[in-house]
Amino acid sequence: MAGTLLEVTGLSKRFGGFVALDGIDLNVAAGERVGLIGPNGSGKSTLVNCICGTLVNETGNVRFDGETVDGLLTHERTRRGMARSFQLPRPFTTLTVADNLRVPLLYTVNARPGRALSPAELDTRCAELLQLVALADKGTHLPRDLTQVEMRKLELARAMAAEPKLLIADESMAGLSQSEVDDIVSLLIRLNERGITIILIEHIMRAVMKFSQRLIVLVSGKKIADGLPDAVIRDPEVERAYLGQ
Amino acid sequence: MGRGKQVELSFDLLINAVIAGILLGGFYTAVTLGVSISFGILDIVNIAHPAFIILGSYIAYIVNARLGIDPIAVSILMLPVFYLLGAGVYQVYYESFERRGQESLRGLSFFFGLLFVTEVMLILVFGVDYRYVEAPYIGPSWRLGVMDFPLRMLVPCIAALALFAALELYLSYTFIGRAIKAVAQDQLALRLMGASPVRIKRIAFGISIATAAVAGALLIIIQPVEPSVGREYIGRVFAICVLGGLGSLPGTVIGAMLLGILESFTATFYGPSWAPAVAFGVLLLTLAFRPAGLLGR
Amino acid sequence: MRTRVFLLLLIAVAIAVFFATRWVNNDYVFFAGYTVLQFVVLATAWNILGGYTGYVNFGSAAFFALGAYSTVFLHKLYPLPIPLLIVIGGGVSGIVGLGMGYLTLRLRGAFFAIATLALAVVLQTLIVNWDYVGGSRGAYIIRPNEIALIGPYIQYLFLLMLALAVIALTIARGIERSQLGYGFATIRDDELAAEASGVPTLRLKLIATTLSGALMGMAGAPFPYYIGYLQPSSAFGLEYAVNSIAMPMIGGTTSWVGPLIGAILLGSLQQIATVTISSAVNLLIVGLLLVAFVIIAPNGIVGLVQGWIRRTK
Repeated sequence: MAGTLLEVTGLSKRFGGFVALDGIDLNVAAGERVGLIGPNGSGKSTLVNCICGTLVNETGNVRFDGETVDGLLTHERTRRGMARSFQLPRPFTTLTVADNLRVPLLYTVNARPGRALSPAELDTRCAELLQLVALADKGTHLPRDLTQVEMRKLELARAMAAEPKLLIADESMAGLSQSEVDDIVSLLIRLNERGITIILIEHIMRAVMKFSQRLIVLVSGKKIADGLPDAVIRDPEVERAYLGQ
Repeated sequence: MGRGKQVELSFDLLINAVIAGILLGGFYTAVTLGVSISFGILDIVNIAHPAFIILGSYIAYIVNARLGIDPIAVSILMLPVFYLLGAGVYQVYYESFERRGQESLRGLSFFFGLLFVTEVMLILVFGVDYRYVEAPYIGPSWRLGVMDFPLRMLVPCIAALALFAALELYLSYTFIGRAIKAVAQDQLALRLMGASPVRIKRIAFGISIATAAVAGALLIIIQPVEPSVGREYIGRVFAICVLGGLGSLPGTVIGAMLLGILESFTATFYGPSWAPAVAFGVLLLTLAFRPAGLLGR
Repeated sequence: MRTRVFLLLLIAVAIAVFFATRWVNNDYVFFAGYTVLQFVVLATAWNILGGYTGYVNFGSAAFFALGAYSTVFLHKLYPLPIPLLIVIGGGVSGIVGLGMGYLTLRLRGAFFAIATLALAVVLQTLIVNWDYVGGSRGAYIIRPNEIALIGPYIQYLFLLMLALAVIALTIARGIERSQLGYGFATIRDDELAAEASGVPTLRLKLIATTLSGALMGMAGAPFPYYIGYLQPSSAFGLEYAVNSIAMPMIGGTTSWVGPLIGAILLGSLQQIATVTISSAVNLLIVGLLLVAFVIIAPNGIVGLVQGWIRRTK
């Protein structure tokens, strides 16, 4: 289908006897802003891991940008344009904050066909990214000197450094203040305007509603809703399973 | 174990190789039980486990030589001592590595250092001569037709299986036992139940080292011991663990039996000098082709 | 400092060391120095896979012995010049490292470490049972007494090992400052995040294993000429396994300086200790130092010095 960037069909994943994902189907069109919500343990991060190749799904397949990516290693998928941030930040602890951003530039952006960035351009790009997430003065620090919130921003910046076509942001906003949440949402919307498709996984409903053009709900490994945000949150099944009250 | 010459396939030889293999496998169970707990359940790569076993062997030797007490009895007396030793080692490991998230490089080096230091200290104290114990069941065999059951292998095999049964019951039916099984999978649930994961892991590691006391006594009953013998067992122990599937005690028994029979056959038909390679070869092959083990999780 | 400049500097230092040692004119210094330099190569090689990439190799003796036994094997066929033997020894060890890495590097680091132990034992068993290279009885290599241009043969061996040390240190430092070095560091710090950032982790790990193994094999290739009579127990000796780990861990694993310091310090200490005390006590001290440093000073001597500099600033 023209315009579909990500196509997940019948994806299932089990851990021993536990079924983490049960036949997930979802499509994301190029340029879309999709929100993915669900209670803890519903399988959101597992889904991300399967899409990106960190975990291998038992059934189903994943097509990205017109080609099947099943069987490709994670770094190959990243080079084809998928980037993700991790729910619990995983910085490179012995590299400086700036060097953390240099890694995806060296290994993803420079690895793609076409002109590689020169060392000067790499430095500029790192500085730009640090500016974007308000970490410009922490460039020479080590990740252990950052606060939890700053580490989440670094995590997001590192995913952005890979110049993806699809960015999956996994709970990047936990612990941020209201204004910081707004900043990140604006940032993501700006990125989207530049052409990057974004899947936002979040618990902060305000951010999700503001950001998403479409909302998908995952509960206990099954997709129970997929549509316009206003309609989805009024869906009685969603209210019961997730919103609770 | 093994007669070491190229032979025609006689039924006697075959059946006795199988028996020797099973008895050996029983003993290997005792050796591996501790690692099933520390590596299989707690995910701690304690490659120094054989060093503790050898330590147990030498303690059994000293007490047996001086006071004439049966080595298995000695090991039972030593259980609390080894338990405390294990708990202490875990505490150091936890403070220095687990808490700082440095288990991989430094934790491994730590245990390697322990293994090495133990071996060298034993060399300094006891020298490189082989040591052995005396007991009434070392020597005689129980014959059943053409089948030959050397008592020095049969008694340790039975003791090992008894140890396995005791541990399996403990892990399945006591609160702490089940907490130990759970600690690898769900630390949060454990905390909510009021048990501290660190304390549970310390208990588990203590138990793991305590089994080494028994395994050590059984080892020196089966064969004479000298300080470098421990190194042969590193491969065996991890081969059995991986073969049987990590974290499964019954899997350990099956893996141990399989390896015992394989080694027994190799020694009987190809010669004992090839035996050390069997375990390691099995380990390499299993890791390469079926890392989840035969009973894979 | 560019790597080329570093290399030239090292070569200058090496030449100075060589001529200084000749001036001392004591054969023992050459013999002891050879062993220390050998450890510089082994420690640096280990650190490329261990310190830089985070994968522990317990089987350094295996790669070292492969180099030594390649020499023995070829020596029986046709005597070749040692530099060629070094290249071949490195090639054999490198290929074995690659093969073993391919089998085990897709698993966790702990399994790789155990597999390296396994490799050492399997290899030793194979060689003990292989009569062509002497088996358990050992093999004799008659080395000439003298060589043209240099004089006593041991000085030639010393010079070769100096060259290898220069090569190993240059490679290590070159990696540190390159894109490859970044890649290795990310694998060490967080392999999952590295993959997600586009780092081809398996390929890089294989490069590290092959390079590390090859360097160790190169260090082992001249060994039969050095020792004259090679037995499996000496080629696969315990001191190689423990020193290859202890020297970088004590010296410091994050830079090329660490293994160098560790090898020179510990290597010299051991040479002195073996002569004055027993070799067993000597190894015991190394083992105890390893455990102590790993617990108390995880970044080694280099880390301690860096910490001291930061505090006094």
